[in-house]
Amino acid sequence: MAELSYWQAILRAHDEEMARDPLVFAMGEDIGVAGGTYKATTGLYAKYGEKRVMDTPISENSYTGIGVGAAMLGCRPIVEIMSVNFAWLAMDQLMNNAAKIHYMSGGRIRCPLVLRLPGGTAHQLGAQHSARMEKVFMGVPGLRVVTPSSPRDAYGLLKSAVRCDDPVVIIEHEAMYNLKGEVPDDEHFTPLEGSEVVRPGKDLTLFAYNISVHWALAAAERLAKEQGVEAEVVDLRALKPLDRTGIAASVRKTHRAIVVEEDEAAVGVGAEVIAILNEECFFELDAAPVRVHARDVPTPYNRRLEKASIPNADDVVAAARKLLGR
Amino acid sequence: MDRDTIRTMLRDMLRARAFEEAAAQAYAQGEIAGFLHLYPGEEAVAVGVLHAAEPGDYVVSTYREHVHALVRGIPAAAIFAELLGKKTGVSGGMGGSMHLFDRERRFLGGYAIVGETFPIALGAAYAVAYRQLPEAVLCFFGDGAVNQGTFHESLNMAALWRLPILFVCENNRYQIGTEIHRHSAVTEIYKRACGYGIPAEKVDGMDVLAVHEATRRALARVRAGEGPQFLEMETYRFRGHSMADPGSYRPTVEVQAYEANDPIAATLRGVEFHYPSADELGSGHDCIQGFCDHCCQEGHLDEAALARLRQEVADEIAAARDFARQSPAPSMDDAWAALLRNRRYDRLFEEQAP
Repeated sequence: MAELSYWQAILRAHDEEMARDPLVFAMGEDIGVAGGTYKATTGLYAKYGEKRVMDTPISENSYTGIGVGAAMLGCRPIVEIMSVNFAWLAMDQLMNNAAKIHYMSGGRIRCPLVLRLPGGTAHQLGAQHSARMEKVFMGVPGLRVVTPSSPRDAYGLLKSAVRCDDPVVIIEHEAMYNLKGEVPDDEHFTPLEGSEVVRPGKDLTLFAYNISVHWALAAAERLAKEQGVEAEVVDLRALKPLDRTGIAASVRKTHRAIVVEEDEAAVGVGAEVIAILNEECFFELDAAPVRVHARDVPTPYNRRLEKASIPNADDVVAAARKLLGR
Repeated sequence: MDRDTIRTMLRDMLRARAFEEAAAQAYAQGEIAGFLHLYPGEEAVAVGVLHAAEPGDYVVSTYREHVHALVRGIPAAAIFAELLGKKTGVSGGMGGSMHLFDRERRFLGGYAIVGETFPIALGAAYAVAYRQLPEAVLCFFGDGAVNQGTFHESLNMAALWRLPILFVCENNRYQIGTEIHRHSAVTEIYKRACGYGIPAEKVDGMDVLAVHEATRRALARVRAGEGPQFLEMETYRFRGHSMADPGSYRPTVEVQAYEANDPIAATLRGVEFHYPSADELGSGHDCIQGFCDHCCQEGHLDEAALARLRQEVADEIAAARDFARQSPAPSMDDAWAALLRNRRYDRLFEEQAP
């Protein structure tokens, strides 16, 4: 088993899928000659040529739409939008076309588009380059939304997304591209549906996704050492559809839940998870579930304020202690 | 152009007019809800362009797309059923008037957001070029759409990558209810394409033969690998923007002037026989008399054929409407199937399972 960084895992998935299927191509700003802002397409331009690794003009809405149109004709485009923040410009193509064409055509025209979106709060990128937009995409019927927390999943989710006939939005994290982790040498696919228990426990469940999985794992480690609390960590991984069964199953075991998210709380993943708990297993809850989330403020530029605006492992530990009355 | 082609185009123009008038009637009777954007007045554009195209070419249209779909070969019954939201509709009743799709006939959709079709058409053209296919992509849009950012983004990329696409602007002079001089700094739309180095031409969109000829030439250039081409069709819609719009913002004299230039009437003038007067028949030499006799015979046939044609068209559209009325409505299960049908992904994980 090789240890790869997050970007290397994404690159390997690209390479394998492009080598296997000539209909797979990549498109985006600076992904070709420059190799991608986060190196995720490094070397592919030289290997597969311009048509398959196309540098685009700065026209997010239109090149996302090109991906949609090409997908309708049987191609398997992987479109990278350099930063998730620029996806606001591509909303019409994503929401009105990618998500709806299969349905509006009575299920007769498929749209197997993969959209890769680096996002999240990185290093003082300011309010217009630090967005978490999963809440926007997960509210739209017709899209699948997944978000990898590890190199293994970054590889496996992209592989599955390319093979899927639905449009799939993959939300990556700019602060994780250099994160290293083991990726099995054999080809494998991470399911686009379902969650994963990444640390089993019995006292409470920490639901997390993307980078917040790492905060939850660090918090669980401290809770075990400092409090003797066994926290279960569930990586939600698929945000659309959310894993109702897995979410309820964990809480039936632990009876307490915290949702950890880098995003602001309003209309977000935490709200949805807690709604699912209410609907699926309300009487299993020993305490009201809580959210650990970002402050409701545009992400500050100042380094100290930027850190303060998003949660960390300390916040998770504090919330867990409060929930458990310790 | 041979007579058969002219007759086929005439038939399609008559079908187009009859279909839209029947749709208007069905809307007035409450059988069709939502928005209904009709095409009367603009028939020469859809018919001229699509008859100059190959069956393998891809078509991307707008929300005013019934006629493009009809001329493309989608049965009138399947379109009418879609307008009524029936299961037998071309989109299974999931699309409605503004979202007709047909994979087999390479009709890539009607779209309800102005300007969002440029990237879709571009993507299709990218796929055609990518797969080295011989087809072209036809992208229909109105004069209002050129004010969207996607128009400029897409024309840039089409020219940059020399994609096999024909942009067809149906300039009917109105962006919904706003006249072109009040919505566009440059009212000669084709000039906008010149900014991207795309060959562009202004065409009399009320003259089906002119439309056909311009399209034929433009598509020949597309197929020769010369990259995107642009045609501005000057046309006019006789009705308001949609059935919800009486079009009261347009001066009556303007509407009447365009109606006097009805493209169907113009086409009919080209094929209808002019009956020679008794004086004309009675004068001249034998060879003239013989030619007149011959024409008279042809004319008789034409006249009867035209009457038959009108009857056939009326019957076809009436049957389409009956079919739509009698068709079943889709169920919620059909809606779920339209959204979730995804066998390839399921197979992937079946294969992976031990």
